[in-house]
Amino acid sequence: MNDEFSKKDPNEPALTPLGTLPEPPVRSREGNTIHTAPEFAVGEGDVRSTDPIELLAGGSLWRDAWRRLLRSKLAVFGMIVAVTITVASVIGPSVIKRATGYAYDFIPKDDRLARSLPPFRSPDGKFAWSHPMGTDTVGRDILARVLSGGQISLMVALIATLVSLLIGVSYGATAGYLGGRIDDVMMRVVDVLYSLPYVIIVIVLLALLPAKTPTGQLAQLFFALGAVSWLTMARIVRGQVMSLKNQEFVLAARATGVSTPRIIFRHLVPNALGPVIVYATLTIPSIMLSEAFLSFLGLGVRPPRVSWGLLAADGAQTLAIYPWQLIFPGMTMALMLLSLNFVGDGLRDALDPQMRRE
Amino acid sequence: MLRFIIRRVVIIIPMLFIVVSLTWGLIRLAPGNFYSGEKKLAPAVEKNLRDKYGLDRPWYVQYRKVLWNIARFDFGNSLKYEGQSVNQILLRALPVSATLGLTAYLFALAVGITTGTLAALRQNSWIDYATMGLAMLGIAIPNFVLGPLLALIFALTLFWLPPALWDGFPSKSVVLPALTLSAIYIAYIARLTRSGMLEVMRSDYIRTARAKGLSERAVVMRHALRGGLLPVVSFSGPALAFLITGTVVVERVFALPGLGNYFINACFNRDEPLIIGIVAFIAIAVLVFNLLVDISYGFIDPRIRY
Repeated sequence: MNDEFSKKDPNEPALTPLGTLPEPPVRSREGNTIHTAPEFAVGEGDVRSTDPIELLAGGSLWRDAWRRLLRSKLAVFGMIVAVTITVASVIGPSVIKRATGYAYDFIPKDDRLARSLPPFRSPDGKFAWSHPMGTDTVGRDILARVLSGGQISLMVALIATLVSLLIGVSYGATAGYLGGRIDDVMMRVVDVLYSLPYVIIVIVLLALLPAKTPTGQLAQLFFALGAVSWLTMARIVRGQVMSLKNQEFVLAARATGVSTPRIIFRHLVPNALGPVIVYATLTIPSIMLSEAFLSFLGLGVRPPRVSWGLLAADGAQTLAIYPWQLIFPGMTMALMLLSLNFVGDGLRDALDPQMRRE
Repeated sequence: MLRFIIRRVVIIIPMLFIVVSLTWGLIRLAPGNFYSGEKKLAPAVEKNLRDKYGLDRPWYVQYRKVLWNIARFDFGNSLKYEGQSVNQILLRALPVSATLGLTAYLFALAVGITTGTLAALRQNSWIDYATMGLAMLGIAIPNFVLGPLLALIFALTLFWLPPALWDGFPSKSVVLPALTLSAIYIAYIARLTRSGMLEVMRSDYIRTARAKGLSERAVVMRHALRGGLLPVVSFSGPALAFLITGTVVVERVFALPGLGNYFINACFNRDEPLIIGIVAFIAIAVLVFNLLVDISYGFIDPRIRY
């Protein structure tokens, strides 16, 4: 885990004893030339490579970004783990059901099995492959529950991120493009919402208005979480659009009579996509954490459905006697969050050198 | 400066109004009420209670009363905890949450700033990698997993600390909850300090400080930290909101009688005055704290003008 934390900002002039000197080709530690994709080299600090070979080899923006992403070991590790957990969550439960007969909510009838078995143990205490993560207090297979919980946790995180993406991008792009007084008012609203303790309001909402059906409950969760996490996205998109809107291609579009909504969504938003993707990747783990937090309090996903937060809440109850009931769901979730954060950081470095600061 | 402060203080009032109205609206929208719980009351008793709390009056009368109560900072009596006013409960629960939050945040500041600065000064050394690796882990492990794990290790296996108990501030009982709560802040603050310091250490005024012959220690302590900690200061605003979510979880994990625990119970019990009271209180705290953070920028960074 090293190169991730040590990359220098390519826009940062080198510090020499005589003052700041521009350093012609900016090189990363591996010796590869870093260059800003043309789309991001808006306005200040154009750091495109002057290296002819690199320029010839450079394909599209996305191919460049992908190549830079693969160079970061942490991001590659993150992608592998995240994809593995996702695939396992999607196909795992049915595989387990076929192999052992355990679905996530299957409670064995046999008294010897209807209790919490340690990982890799059969009821008589011998080694067995049947339950690699053990079973819970009533004998349900924890691996099946963790994977099924992963399905729900991932689904909530993805859809809520999509909701926040929709709201944030349209709001930010509109404010940024229209500018002037409308922009002032719209952004003041965002400022106001920023300082509200919305977690508190979400808790009140979910506790007082529980949905009638489990599906309704999930939908409520998507919207509650999505509706409170679009603010930063709106700010990012607004900034991007403001720096893009005075460029020639927008002028050209306007001159040919393209309507305002079409300029915003067909011309400006696609060009602001890089930062949007980066921030969306980082929103997924944060929403996943919020979902788990709400489920842990008994407000999010409800039984009989499972999610990682719910499993952690159950596991915490019996921790002193059956620690594996907390450790496996907790660690799976931590691993997923860690990986998604690595991917997000890697994407940020790959797509947008200007945002690299943190 | 003064105009800025006045404008910000004035805007707190409509924002508080929005939060309270939203909460009140949600409570009203929800089907049923406090008395539709599992224990059915005799009709006459319920009638008396409804009269007492004014539940049968038109909605605008009740709404006006809620707003008036908040203006006087007197939230009436709790429905669930009979004979106790919301203010009494707030006064009882607040010190627990405040102690927990403050201890955790100060601890996080101390550890986070120290490790973050060390990491920045020794960029790319093992200290740097270890700090940032641990920080990533701190962000990824949710506090409701970390809390029980710490309790399992230090309270139930090693028997060093009590698992669930509250003795007030200087006592062993604070250690585990505060540690659990502070983990994610240590991580964030260390990352912010590191990136802030890295940026500042390359700036011109640090070179000036070195050029006039100051010791490295003086350069870091007196000049660099001041600019390098700005990101940490601006994090303190959102941190309070995080801290509130954090205390809710930690108080539930360790069964502490704090504001967060009362709040969740009030929501489940549909204890309207208590919900409104806690929401209003938290909203005021968050808004005032954000204001203080904004004002403090001006003192830390002389370049900022309002």
